[in-house]
Amino acid sequence: MLSRVLSGDLPRSRILTVVLIVIVAGLALAPFVFPGAKALNVAAKICIFIVLVASFDLLLGYTGIVSFAHTMFFGIGAYGVAIALTRLGPSWSAVGAGIGAALALSLALSLVIGLFSLRVKAIFYAMITLAVASAFQTFASQLSEITGGEDGLNFKVPELLSPGFSLAEQPFLGASLDGKLISYYLLFAVTVALFLAMLRIVNSPFGRVLQAIRENDFRAEALGYRTVVYRTLSNVLSAGFATLAGTLLALWLRYNGPDTSLSFEIMIDILLMVVIGGMGTMYGAVVGATLFVIAQNYLQDLMKLASDAAAGIPLLPDLVHPDRWLLWLGMLFILSVYRFPSGIVGKLRARK
Amino acid sequence: MSASVATVPSALPAIMLDRLPLLLVPVLALVALPLMGSVSTWVTLTVAGLAMGMIIFIIASGLTLVFGLMDVLNFGHGLFITLGAFLATTVLGSMADWTASESLLINLLALLPAMLVAMVVAGGVGLAFERVIIRPVYGQHLKQIMITMGGMIVGEELIKVVWGAQTIPLPLPAAFRGSLLLGEAAVEKYRLIAVVIGLAVFAAMFWVLSRTKVGLLIRAGVQDREMVESLGYRIRKLFVGVFVAGSALAGLGGVMWGLYQQNVTPQIGGQVTVLIFIVIIIGGLGSVGGCFLGALLVGLLANYTGFLAPKVALFSNILLMVLILLWRPQGIYPVAKR
Amino acid sequence: MSAPLLRLEGVHTHIGAYHILHGVDLEVARGELTVLLGRNGAGKTTTLRSIMGLWRAAPGRVWFDGEDIAARATPEIAQRGIAYVPENMGIFADLTVCENMVLAARGARRAADIDAKRLDWIFGLFPAIKKFWQHPAGLLSGGQKQMLAVARAIVEPRKLLLVDEPSKGLAPAIIQNMVAAFRELKQTDTTILLVEQNFNFARQLGDRVAVMDDGRIVHTGAMDALADDEGLQQRLLGLSLAAHQ
Repeated sequence: MLSRVLSGDLPRSRILTVVLIVIVAGLALAPFVFPGAKALNVAAKICIFIVLVASFDLLLGYTGIVSFAHTMFFGIGAYGVAIALTRLGPSWSAVGAGIGAALALSLALSLVIGLFSLRVKAIFYAMITLAVASAFQTFASQLSEITGGEDGLNFKVPELLSPGFSLAEQPFLGASLDGKLISYYLLFAVTVALFLAMLRIVNSPFGRVLQAIRENDFRAEALGYRTVVYRTLSNVLSAGFATLAGTLLALWLRYNGPDTSLSFEIMIDILLMVVIGGMGTMYGAVVGATLFVIAQNYLQDLMKLASDAAAGIPLLPDLVHPDRWLLWLGMLFILSVYRFPSGIVGKLRARK
Repeated sequence: MSASVATVPSALPAIMLDRLPLLLVPVLALVALPLMGSVSTWVTLTVAGLAMGMIIFIIASGLTLVFGLMDVLNFGHGLFITLGAFLATTVLGSMADWTASESLLINLLALLPAMLVAMVVAGGVGLAFERVIIRPVYGQHLKQIMITMGGMIVGEELIKVVWGAQTIPLPLPAAFRGSLLLGEAAVEKYRLIAVVIGLAVFAAMFWVLSRTKVGLLIRAGVQDREMVESLGYRIRKLFVGVFVAGSALAGLGGVMWGLYQQNVTPQIGGQVTVLIFIVIIIGGLGSVGGCFLGALLVGLLANYTGFLAPKVALFSNILLMVLILLWRPQGIYPVAKR
Repeated sequence: MSAPLLRLEGVHTHIGAYHILHGVDLEVARGELTVLLGRNGAGKTTTLRSIMGLWRAAPGRVWFDGEDIAARATPEIAQRGIAYVPENMGIFADLTVCENMVLAARGARRAADIDAKRLDWIFGLFPAIKKFWQHPAGLLSGGQKQMLAVARAIVEPRKLLLVDEPSKGLAPAIIQNMVAAFRELKQTDTTILLVEQNFNFARQLGDRVAVMDDGRIVHTGAMDALADDEGLQQRLLGLSLAAHQ
């Protein structure tokens, strides 16, 4: 039964299974087990990034395409919902309209980019997606009337999801039953659904062809598969899921701006997460996203302690300063690309 | 390979240099002229565009050669730019009395150590970068992209450790400030200096590439690496040399770019990275001449659209790239690879 | 009888998952022109590339002038005096003919550094080189490029020449030019290992012959002996001399 749900793609490692169960349970029970707004925010962010990074893994890990335009689709989703809710008011139909418009735009853009990618080498493609995403980010921050420019958009969400909404007076098991809780569980449910959907995709015949193309596209072409079509489809699917992740982000934050979803830092973060977690495994996205977001929020506290403790020594306090946490993650990233190309998940599976 | 070349009759015509793309720069400038409204504005912007183009050329030339020679694209090239810019703040900052002087000569003498330090340090870091980051992933493009990005992240963070994460101002030395008046047009002095320096670098590169054996090796290696090795040359060493030179040039470019912006942030390198990629794609990966043309075009376009329609400035350069790729899918001067 | 200049001993070469050479044993005697014959896919080019270090010969040994070069890097192998003329000629199309030659002359920084007498001799062998000295090599015809490729290999004295199908795709008149040039080359006591499919061309030049099939040497002997024995030709090459004309 479980195998069906996971589309036959089992963790294949005891430790990994345990880790995944812990993560899923932690996320499912977050409002009750980890009280406080910050913890819930962290949990929500983990969920969103699981979807975002998994969609990137579909492109990079399974199809072998490096694209720096991923945050662009993320941003399109976020802005779609943000603009719709700002313009059309906080209703479910507005949410629907926003999602629909965002998906349509992402579909069109990813199609164009996808078709273009087939004529050029991987490196060209990476550079071009970098340029396009960069331009889009500048563009979004300049269309102030629509996107709110540098400041972004603050908006209200439908009543059910808004923090003011209250399901019951008394808190239940330590968590207040308000719109935030409902939002969170909506997020969680959608995350699970989307992740399982992606798992289904990569384990389908389509997914296997993608992997064949990744390994040797000449061969795949010789075998009769139109790599053109498959690559484009992968592009489009990946963009679609990223867009949906963006819509979740907007609904959770009730805010969106160019730095929230379009910034290059996020693109780097995704890259880090997928490599450290494990490319081409899907579960790597879960592990990577959890590790990264927790590190981003809690490791810095640890680093602050270390930095204060090292206070007299030259250079050392600056190296372990909490703001420099990316330095260490960056080094971990480089190590992963060299030594553990299949990331944590790959390492765990190999141990078996 | 022989199929694509027409059979030549026994009397060969004069060597045909592909001169058509050279017209692109003056054409662009002339097209922009009526849109500017006044000649003086046009002059100011054109000089600014050429200056920016020169600086971009200095930065991008190393990158395109490295790619042409060894099929390695360093996504972390921006790191050397940032490094150069920050080094400039330190060196020029420590020569405050020289930069405050009104004498052009003294200012130039102050600029010289800044440029030298930037080039040496950036070159040194480049050497380490090649050995640690790039060498292990030759031929694996996907890994290269990721690992050079990783290198850039780590490098940027280390720069922040040394210089701090905030913006550091980089004021122009006194004699570089202000503008010269050409008729009614105001042309910034620094921009003219940048154009002169840029031309000097281009001339030097051109001389090395066309008149020295090393240059010959580079031009040949870009076309057919294997054959150069079969002729008995250790192209690996050549590659390291070119990489270091490219990094040093990027450092030099960083100094000039920092002065151009008059402010240095840790992201300064990353911000130019997109433009640099556009330039080397337009020019043709591996071609220095193409890179030069591409840089001038991009510099001019950025300044013209910056004045006319700032919101679409970056898009205009992407459009330029698309148009050129539609005309010549491999860039303006594609390298004839085996 | 002096030791062979080049000797391959049980050379295996793998390219990725493909096992191309299955234990090649080959000797190339000093001062002679040895022809390596065989049909398409027999492994002739792979053999040359393995000698040159472009592909790894493992296991096996490649003895050159008394030294095992099997594990050496290509530039070092070339520096020991081996010149390679590949099947695709390896001409640098964007460089001029002159620049191609300067590149091949390791001791030369400029054209003026090349030994003038030697250059004149080359001009005599291949007049086209002199004629198109300043022109981009990419503009030359196929035959002229082939001549340039050979000219590059001999611009400085080398101990061993590895030449891969120099007659491929050339018009018969040009082929005859090529034969004449190689004949002159042979007189300079250069050792040559020539890969060919054109038996007629090979027959005019070869002192000894080795035939390859499926990554193995299946016959070695004097060229004359093979040329006179049509039955043997049939068995080894599937066709007789007549069919190659």
